[in-house]
Amino acid sequence: MLKVDTEKCTGCGECEEVCTFEAICVQDDVAVVDQDACTLCGICVDGCPEGALEFHGKEILLATDLNSWKGVWVVAECRREILVPVTLELLAKSRGLADELGTEVTAVLMGHEIESRAQELISYGADRVLVIDHPELATFTDEVYGNILTDLARKERPEIILAGATAMGRSYIPRVATILKTGLTADCTGLDIRAEDRALLQTRPAFGGNLLATIVCPGHRPQMATVRPHVMRANTPDPGRKGDVIRVLPEEDLLSHRVQVLESVKEQAEGPNLSEADVIVTAGRGFEQEKNVNLARELADLLGGTVGATRAAVDAGWLPGRTQIGQTGVTVSPKLYVACGVSGAIQHIVGMQGSEIIVAINKDAEAPIFDVATYGLVGDVKEILPLLIRNIRKERGL
Amino acid sequence: MNIVVCIKQVPDAKTVRFDTEKGTLVREGVEAVINPFDFHALEAGLQMRDTYGGEVTVLSMGPPQAENALREALSLGADKGILLSDRAFAGADTLATTYTLAKAIEKLGPVDLVLCGKQAIDGDTAQVGPGLAVRLGLPHVTCVSALSVLDDGKTMHLRRVNEDGYDMLELEMPALLTVLASLNTSRLPSLKGKMRARKADIPVWDAQKLGAEPGRIGLAGSATQVVSTSLPTFEARQEMLEGSAEEQVEALVFRFKEAGIL
Ligand SMILES: Cc1cc2nc3c(=O)[nH]c(=O)nc-3n(C[C@H](O)[C@H](O)[C@H](O)COP(=O)(O)OP(=O)(O)OC[C@H]3O[C@@H](n4cnc5c(N)ncnc54)[C@H](O)[C@@H]3O)c2cc1C
Ligand SMILES: Nc1ncnc2c1ncn2[C@@H]1O[C@H](COP(=O)(O)O)[C@@H](O)[C@H]1O
Repeated sequence: MLKVDTEKCTGCGECEEVCTFEAICVQDDVAVVDQDACTLCGICVDGCPEGALEFHGKEILLATDLNSWKGVWVVAECRREILVPVTLELLAKSRGLADELGTEVTAVLMGHEIESRAQELISYGADRVLVIDHPELATFTDEVYGNILTDLARKERPEIILAGATAMGRSYIPRVATILKTGLTADCTGLDIRAEDRALLQTRPAFGGNLLATIVCPGHRPQMATVRPHVMRANTPDPGRKGDVIRVLPEEDLLSHRVQVLESVKEQAEGPNLSEADVIVTAGRGFEQEKNVNLARELADLLGGTVGATRAAVDAGWLPGRTQIGQTGVTVSPKLYVACGVSGAIQHIVGMQGSEIIVAINKDAEAPIFDVATYGLVGDVKEILPLLIRNIRKERGL
Repeated sequence: MNIVVCIKQVPDAKTVRFDTEKGTLVREGVEAVINPFDFHALEAGLQMRDTYGGEVTVLSMGPPQAENALREALSLGADKGILLSDRAFAGADTLATTYTLAKAIEKLGPVDLVLCGKQAIDGDTAQVGPGLAVRLGLPHVTCVSALSVLDDGKTMHLRRVNEDGYDMLELEMPALLTVLASLNTSRLPSLKGKMRARKADIPVWDAQKLGAEPGRIGLAGSATQVVSTSLPTFEARQEMLEGSAEEQVEALVFRFKEAGIL
């Protein structure tokens, strides 16, 4: 049961504002709870600036009426006005989940001057698109994006919310889940429906990909997950597909934020970024000199991939920190990973062992990288890489 | 400046083994270390304190052994350590963890800065930082790779790394940041620090001391549940290509063609 501590309550009305069930209102300067309407969702408990609201017992776990939450949501992400690949991958996945649940796929599109993307979302599988277009959304801030998504979710009550496990998604989606007091599973690589109770089965790697855990969120809604880019497949778009585009005007009070974006800098040259690349060629200390790293770049370009680095290569100043793969860098799982002059320290391995095919080139036949390699080549990168590049060119008729 | 650094004790990647039959982590023989990212959060806190004065408090929720992690942080220069430990905290997901950490931070009094690592290398969730910020009513910035404080002593300029570059951000303390390893280089413990750490008193706060509601901590307060774990299967490994450099490269190109890469 939800209780009001009348000593602490100042009657400010904050709880009344946040309650989506109209279960609480201020009468004579003190909050009064309509116990029948209260679903024990807990939003007001955290919303109360005085700490005057409290649950009694363990009832919070009984949360809300689970069946009143319907629909699968995909949080669309635009990077420089373009939908990122994981959004399209999620639409395909959600389509399957929604069909199994007998419900709809809704895409939530936030940004400025992005409405033209709505039809694209529909063509990739959305039934409905909620468009929130506002100048304040031109640059991403956690608070504004988080507030709007939270507000929409409270009003519309989706049973599932999926977002890309991108820098942006992993930053603000946990805010939303915490405000909604629900579970969030990070960086999932598999999603399924458990038929008997419609639960979302969320599979994710832990311990740097050494362990897979399947996670459910039984007593809370929405069920929320961020999903790793590049593991699911997008559908071929159907430009003729029909859907509803619904414009939502965000309320002013959702738009305030304390973090200001001064500048957005694009460093990445053309080509895919690490988490979305099919092919990664990684440079280790074995390149010996900065200029040799160009061999890795050349091979990556030839294979339509991108260049990664070990910490040693980053420390040497050959490649920027954001290209570091491993425990304290990024985790990747491309189709092809070519480790060149990389010893295979455990801190590096944990970030790349999920790759489909791993090729290792190292002059030391005993290097631990060979333990995880699909194909191992023993030799000097300065000799092997030019040969490989030449051979591939020949294959391609270049 | 009042700074709180959240550190987690995690299994050392070097000593972790997995039980292929059961698909679980083997707990025996696993050494525990401070989560690598958290060293950088601590270093950032220590640098701030060294410049602006104030105190760095390190906070960890975990089993009694997590005291070692706190002592290590003290040896590096943290002013005080607090261990949140109670059987009832066990099995916490990020929702319950952020509730518990927030209760402790509120108890410590007003803070200017809360620092976390980008993610813990066991759970790999990266959710505790942003979730904790919400609980504390603070703005947050994740993946910070550079940080400076303006002359007013409270406005920060930060670099936040993303997929294709970075954003430069401005915000005022109080705030919560999660940091990347590239933010700084961790210092080494000093002899004096080590001695102080050995003698330091590390208070242990349990659920009651925190005034935490039983339904919101540990397993009871977790919204998510792990239903099963397994080990990923990798394709057959370890074919060493043979012969001269030329021959090895030819063999590789052949395999690329088979795999549809070329
Ligand atoms: C807490 C912590 C976190 C860390 N996080 C990361 C991380 O996220 N990512 C990461 O990568 N590392 C990380 N490290 C560092 C890691 O332990 C290794 O030091 C690092 O991965 C080594 O990089 P490397 O393989 O390029 O260099 P080295 O270990 O020096 O290996 C170079 C290899 O190149 C070979 N070689 C030399 N010359 C040639 C040549 N001409 N041709 C072919 N082969 C040649 C050598 O035989 C050797 O095997 C971390 C360490 C710690 C303690
Ligand atoms: N049990 C804990 N005690 C203290 N800090 C924690 C704990 N769990 C997570 N953190 C902090 O939150 C960060 C992110 O952890 P995670 O969300 O679990 O990946 C870590 O780097 C720590 O700074």
